[in-house]
Amino acid sequence: MSLFKAENLAVNFGGVKAVDGVNFEIEQGQCFTIIGPNGAGKTTIFNLISRIYDSTEGKMTFGGQDITTVPPHAIASLGIARTFQNIELFEHASVLQNLLVGRHCHSKTGLFSELAFLPPVRRAELAHREKVEEVIDFLDLQHYRDSLIMNLPYGVRKVVELGRALCTKPKLILLDEPSSGLNVEETQDMAFWIDDIKKDLGITVLMVEHDMGLVSEVSDQVLVLNYGRMLAYGSPQEVQNDPEVIKAYLGE
Amino acid sequence: MRFLFKTDYDQDIRLAKHSGYYWSYGILLVVVFGAPFLLEGYYIGQMTQLYIMAIAGVGLMLLAGYTGLVSLGHAAFFGIGAYTEAVLTGNGVPLPFLDEPVVFSFFLSIPLAAVFAAIAGVVIGVPVLRLTGIYLAIATFAFAIVIEEVLSRWESVTNGYSGLIVEPLYLGDVELSDGSAFYFLCLGVLLVVILMSLNLLRSPTGRAMMAIRDSEISAQSMGVNLARTKTTAFALSAGITGLAGALFAHKLGFLSPESFTVLQSIELLILVVVGGIGSIHGAIFGAIFVLALPQGLAILKDYLPVEIAETPGMEPFIFGLILVLVIIFEPYGIYGRWLKVKHYFQMFPVYKKATFKRQKAYMKSERLK
Repeated sequence: MSLFKAENLAVNFGGVKAVDGVNFEIEQGQCFTIIGPNGAGKTTIFNLISRIYDSTEGKMTFGGQDITTVPPHAIASLGIARTFQNIELFEHASVLQNLLVGRHCHSKTGLFSELAFLPPVRRAELAHREKVEEVIDFLDLQHYRDSLIMNLPYGVRKVVELGRALCTKPKLILLDEPSSGLNVEETQDMAFWIDDIKKDLGITVLMVEHDMGLVSEVSDQVLVLNYGRMLAYGSPQEVQNDPEVIKAYLGE
Repeated sequence: MRFLFKTDYDQDIRLAKHSGYYWSYGILLVVVFGAPFLLEGYYIGQMTQLYIMAIAGVGLMLLAGYTGLVSLGHAAFFGIGAYTEAVLTGNGVPLPFLDEPVVFSFFLSIPLAAVFAAIAGVVIGVPVLRLTGIYLAIATFAFAIVIEEVLSRWESVTNGYSGLIVEPLYLGDVELSDGSAFYFLCLGVLLVVILMSLNLLRSPTGRAMMAIRDSEISAQSMGVNLARTKTTAFALSAGITGLAGALFAHKLGFLSPESFTVLQSIELLILVVVGGIGSIHGAIFGAIFVLALPQGLAILKDYLPVEIAETPGMEPFIFGLILVLVIIFEPYGIYGRWLKVKHYFQMFPVYKKATFKRQKAYMKSERLK
């Protein structure tokens, strides 16, 4: 049984069909990549899955549960976390605070006990902190723990955002262009991390990526989109040799 | 220069991060608790006023500084708190099955005033959930005008423009609403409010508020319920401002709708911005600024040429000028400046000006909002 399934997924913005009848399935433990030229609807699919957009048609199931109409803030606690293409961190907060926000979907303390900071709140905070430290260790962010996001370089922000998504303890992680704006070395690190996320943490990865080197290195399945429609679907090698895909990227 | 050696996660949660905190805040506490025994009545009154403004400032800071929702209508909550307090402790509330209207003691009336203001906060908070920035400011501004109108027209309760006398508070034989007793009451409330705000800011709800301020979309993807958190922020902010209003009613002793106009809302916003947006310290510094500036101007007037000193509108002009200058040159207000001065002395010979240089951010995405 697949972890995530999109059936006939479609969304229109006025007359523009941004995503048009897309079907795909992601198996548990896979790294699934969506590629396609600019404006193909890749990020739109991410926004559909994280429920920021409402789909006009189709159905999404995650772990057997229908998530087509789940409110956007409930997605994280179901086990889907995401990063953004143009880093959406909380700039005026420290790395630690950003990562702790990632634990928000696991916090159960009430407002009034928080106002008094009762012992259960402190215990919960310490427990969150321990989970956050695991992620800090995993991504080597120790050095940046207390720095404000606004003072960090782009490459580190990218890692912090990945960390924030990991802090939610997801089953499925959506990475929107994890290597954009990174140099070769940082991209290589990112590839290792994605591999580790998949293999060591057992988290299923769905990513949008342009760097074909990274795609073929880490992904198991690739879906190619063009103008919101599915163009090809298969392993990285199959997709790269597909005449339709070559046509879409390079022209005739 | 102090280096912190951290051995425990609790060190990051504690409010006092190192022993220096005990010294500096301990001395501050000794000063504020000792002040009424040394100062004259006038200065005690001024300090009391300062605490009341600081409470309201903390209230608005939670909303504007931490949740990023700018309200131009906080005088409304301030007024609701004040009038609720005056009515509850004065004429009382007629309840069914009882012949006499019930008059509340301040133990109940002050919290009730806060609760009423918080309910008003939810009433305005829910319909404006989708508004941000200038649109939210306009909506709250409209709300403040409505409340001002209600206060002046609902004569059976508020006595309209004839005004409402606020009964003094008594605890046994001691009058609580005047002199040093009132000073300690306001100081106590301020300390509780500050402590609760600091607690909130180190808990999930407070972090969710800051997350909303910086990026709604990613806050939502991390599981923050935008509607609920924003409404909570509105309710808390309005409740705390209402609490300040309830104390203010006793400070004034006589309420009329003119005390709760849009000008007061703007004054509160100036308090927050000049004090330092996004810090609790800022609310205190801002309250000092807002209270001290008119006094300072009054003193300054004696030394200015008559043509300038007597010009009408001098005070609002100076207020506005300072606001503009602060926004341009010191976006984090007096608290930001305070941090720089502190840093200068901590780093003494090697202070670098560039430490606080602001960077321009080029990559903020707004397209999904």
